[in-house]
Amino acid sequence: MAISFPNLIRSVSIVLVTLAITACGPSGKSPSDTPDFSKNYPSEPGGTLISAMTAEPSGLISMIAGESASSAISANIFNSLLKYDKNLELEGDLVKSWEISPDQKTITFKLKPDLKWADNQPLTSADVLFTWQAVTDEKTASPYASDFQLVKKAETPDPLTFTVTYEQAYAPALDSWAGLQILPKHLLQGQDLHTTAFARNPVGSNYYKLDSWTHGENLKLSRNPNSVLGQAKIDQLITRIIPDNSAQFLELMADNIDYMGLDPIKYSRIIPARPELQQKLALYKELGNSYTYMGFNLKHKPFDDVIVRRAINLAIDKQEIIDGVYLGLGINIASPYKPGTRWSNPKLSPYPYDPVKARALLKEAGFTDTDGDGILERDGKPFAFEIITNQNKEREKTAVLIQRRLKDVGIDVKIRAIEWASFISRFIKTGDFDVVVLGWGLGLDPDQYNIWHSSQQAPGQFNFIGYNNPAVDKLLEQGRLELDPDKRMKIYHEFARVLLEDSPIIYLSAGYGLTAIHKRVKGIDNPAPPAGIGYNSQDWYIPKPLRRNELTE
Amino acid sequence: MLKYLIKRVLWMIPLLIGISLISFLIMHLAPGDITSNESAFNPKASEESRQKLREMYNLDKPVIVQYGLWLKRMTTLDFGKSFASHQKPVFWQTTDKDGNVTKGLIQEALPITLMINLLGLTITLALAIPLGIIAARKYLGWQDRSITLFNFIGFSIPGFWLSLLLMYWLGVANSWFPISGLHSLNYDSLDTWGKIKDSASHLFLPVVIPSITGLAGITLFVKNGMLDVLHQDYITTARAKGLNEHRVIYTHALRNALLPLITIIGLSIPGLIGGSVIAETIFAIPGMGKLFYDAVLMRDFPVVMGILTIGSALTLAGNLLADIMYAWADPRVRRGVVKG
Repeated sequence: MAISFPNLIRSVSIVLVTLAITACGPSGKSPSDTPDFSKNYPSEPGGTLISAMTAEPSGLISMIAGESASSAISANIFNSLLKYDKNLELEGDLVKSWEISPDQKTITFKLKPDLKWADNQPLTSADVLFTWQAVTDEKTASPYASDFQLVKKAETPDPLTFTVTYEQAYAPALDSWAGLQILPKHLLQGQDLHTTAFARNPVGSNYYKLDSWTHGENLKLSRNPNSVLGQAKIDQLITRIIPDNSAQFLELMADNIDYMGLDPIKYSRIIPARPELQQKLALYKELGNSYTYMGFNLKHKPFDDVIVRRAINLAIDKQEIIDGVYLGLGINIASPYKPGTRWSNPKLSPYPYDPVKARALLKEAGFTDTDGDGILERDGKPFAFEIITNQNKEREKTAVLIQRRLKDVGIDVKIRAIEWASFISRFIKTGDFDVVVLGWGLGLDPDQYNIWHSSQQAPGQFNFIGYNNPAVDKLLEQGRLELDPDKRMKIYHEFARVLLEDSPIIYLSAGYGLTAIHKRVKGIDNPAPPAGIGYNSQDWYIPKPLRRNELTE
Repeated sequence: MLKYLIKRVLWMIPLLIGISLISFLIMHLAPGDITSNESAFNPKASEESRQKLREMYNLDKPVIVQYGLWLKRMTTLDFGKSFASHQKPVFWQTTDKDGNVTKGLIQEALPITLMINLLGLTITLALAIPLGIIAARKYLGWQDRSITLFNFIGFSIPGFWLSLLLMYWLGVANSWFPISGLHSLNYDSLDTWGKIKDSASHLFLPVVIPSITGLAGITLFVKNGMLDVLHQDYITTARAKGLNEHRVIYTHALRNALLPLITIIGLSIPGLIGGSVIAETIFAIPGMGKLFYDAVLMRDFPVVMGILTIGSALTLAGNLLADIMYAWADPRVRRGVVKG
C-alpha cells in the first residue's frame, strides 16, 4: 500500500500536463482581441466569479457537514455572531458589540438592529438561541457540540440581546461563537437537521444566497439583497465541482475558471514559465492554516527521553524539507500558531540543523555504533523505527527527506503510507506506532487543550502521542479560564516555549496557501494580510470591460 | 425452456444473498467507519460526538446484526440513506412531508454513466466489427497489421494520459471542445438544439477515449471468430457454389462469427453501470464510478452496499440474458446439440 493509485495518477498527470504544455507551445489566439487585464479600473458592481473545488459539499448546514467544501460555500451564505478581521482579531459579524462580565462567566451579545434573513423575515436573538439549542441537541449529534455544551444558561432578554453563562470562565467561547453559523428558526423549527431539505436549499443572511445546485456539477450563488453586512460587489459566484486537479488547471488555462488553489509546482514553475498565463493570472501567497509535524509516540522507548527527541529535532534539516517538498513556499515555525499573530511567541526560534550536536546528544543518551554498521545501538538494540503517514504526497516526500537525514546520524528509518481510515483506526487510535508525520491546524484560538493536555489520551482523543507535562497541563487550564487577550497571550507564549523545549513533536513546515486568480478580478490585497486574501472578498470587483462575454445577459 | 428460466431466476436469490453477505463483511472488515474520515480528525470534534454518530447509524452493533438490519430493509427494497451525503437516499428519490423531493444518489449517477457507456459501447462495436472483418479478410496483410498496431496502441495508452493530452489540445490550445463537466454554465438559457449541441460536445471526449482504448479486445474477438468461421466447410461450400465474396462474408460467415459477441455484450452489462473512477474524475462527471470510489473512501456503507447489490443483480441478470440470447441466436444451443 505504499502508493495509492489516485495519488500515482495525480503525480503522473502533473508531469504529463507539464510536458503537454511545453510540447504544444503557445495557443493560436491573437493577443489583440483580449483586453489588457493588468490595467486598473474603478470599482463597480456586477460580474461573475467562477471558481472550482475538488469535492461537492454534503450539505450546507455546517454544524453537521463539517467538511471544508461545505464551509467554503456556507460561509458566503450564513453569518456568525463574531468573525475574524484581516489581522485575525475578533470583530462583530451579526453583533454590534459584546461584553464580558467581571467574573468572566457571562457574555452578552448585542445584535445589530434591523437584521433580516434573505427571505425578508427578521433575524433576532431567538434565531441565535435556536441555533445554540440545535447544536447542543443530542439528536443533532454535531461534532462541534462540546464547546456549546459548556453553556449553562442561554437567554434572550430582548430581540437584540443574547446572553450565555458558562459554569466557569471559558476563553475559547468567543472563538466558538465565531465558528457557529446562525440558522433561521422560522424555517428549521421542528425539522430534523439531518434530513431537512434546507441543507440543499438554505436561506441565510450573508452577502450571497444559493440560486441553484446542480448535483455533481456546480453551485450558483447570487447577491443577497437583504445582506446584513451591505452589498457585495460581484453579482454571482459560481463554484464548479472538478475533482481532478489537472483538469482544474486546464480549465484555468482555458479561462473557464477564475480562481483555483495551486500546488507549489504550478505556482513557481508552470505559471511563471508561460507568458500568456502570467498575462492573465495573478498569483497570491498567504500563510497556510496548518503545519506538518513529526510526532513521537512518547510511551515507546527511546522517545520518552527528551534528549533523544531533541537530537532527532537537530538532525532534521527543516529548510531542506521546505525547499524540497514545497519548493521554498513554506516557513519554519517554533510554535503551533500562525507567525505574525498575537499568539505566536516571537522570541522562539526553531531548532537549527546541527547533526554534530545531534550525534553528541544521541551519545549522551547512550547510543553508540558498537558493531560499525553505521546504525547506532543501545543495549545491543539498533536504533530503528518506522515513520507512518497517510497517503499524502507532501508528507510522504517529507518522510523520505527525514529518513535520509536520520541515516546520517545513524538512525535507521522505514516509511509506511497508509490509507486514511485504516491509518486512524488501526494505528492512531490503538497507539500502535513509533513516529507519525501528520498535520495540525494553526488554530485561530490559542486553546489546544484537546491536543496537548494529559487527560486527552483515551482512544479517539487527540493527544495520541501521549504527551504528559504537568506544567503544560496547568498552562492549558489557565489559558481556558482567561478571557483577557493580553493576559492570555502571556500564558500561551509560555506554553509554546515549554513545548518547544520538550519537543514532543518536531515542527517541520507550514506551507503557504497558494492561489491563482484571474487578473480580471480586482480589489484583492497583495501581499495577503494574516487572515488571507479572502477576508474582503465582498469588495472584489470585476470591471465591465474585463467580464466574460458569454455570461453577461 | 420456461422451467429452466424459472429455475435460473430462483437460483439468483440465494446467490444474491451470498454476494451481499460477503460484500457486507468485507466492507466492515476494512478498518474505520464514517467517523474516521479526514474531516472528522478535528480537535474541535470530540470522541463522544463520534460515538453518538456511530450509535445513530447502528455502527456500534455487531456486524452480523447490522447485516440483519440491512437485509430487513432490503426485503422492502429500501436501500437506506447515505451517511456522507447529508442522508440522501441511496437509490431512489424520497419526498418529505413538505413536498421537498430529495433525489437518490444512484438515481442521479446511473443515467449519466449508462448513457456514456452505452454510447461508448455502440461506437466500439460500430468500429470493431468492420475492423475485425477487414483484419480477418486480409489476414496477415498490411491492413490486418495496421489495424492490429492501431488497436494495440489504443489498448496500451493509459486512458487518463490520452484524456489529458486531448483535453489540452482540444480544449486549451484550441477551444474546440469543453474540457470537463457535463454542461456549460449557460446550459439552461440555450434552446433545444443548443442544448443537444452542448451535451454532445461535452460528451465527446469522455465517450470517444474509452471506446478507442476498448477497441482492441472486441476487434480481436471479431477477427478470430471470423477466421474460425472462414475455415469452416460450409464457407468452402458457399464459395464452391459460386456465391460472390460479399454474400459469403456478410450473410454466411458474419452471423456465425458474431455469436461469441453475445457473451461479451452480456458480460459487459454490469460494466455499463460501473463507470470508471479515473475517467469520471478527470472529466468531472458525477457518475457511478466516482460515487462508489468516494463511498468506499468515506466508509459510506449504505452506498457501497447499494451499488454492489445492484451491480451483482445486474451481473447475474446479464449472464442469464446472454444465455437466453445465445439459445435464441444459435439453434444448436437451443436443441442441445452443443452446450452453450
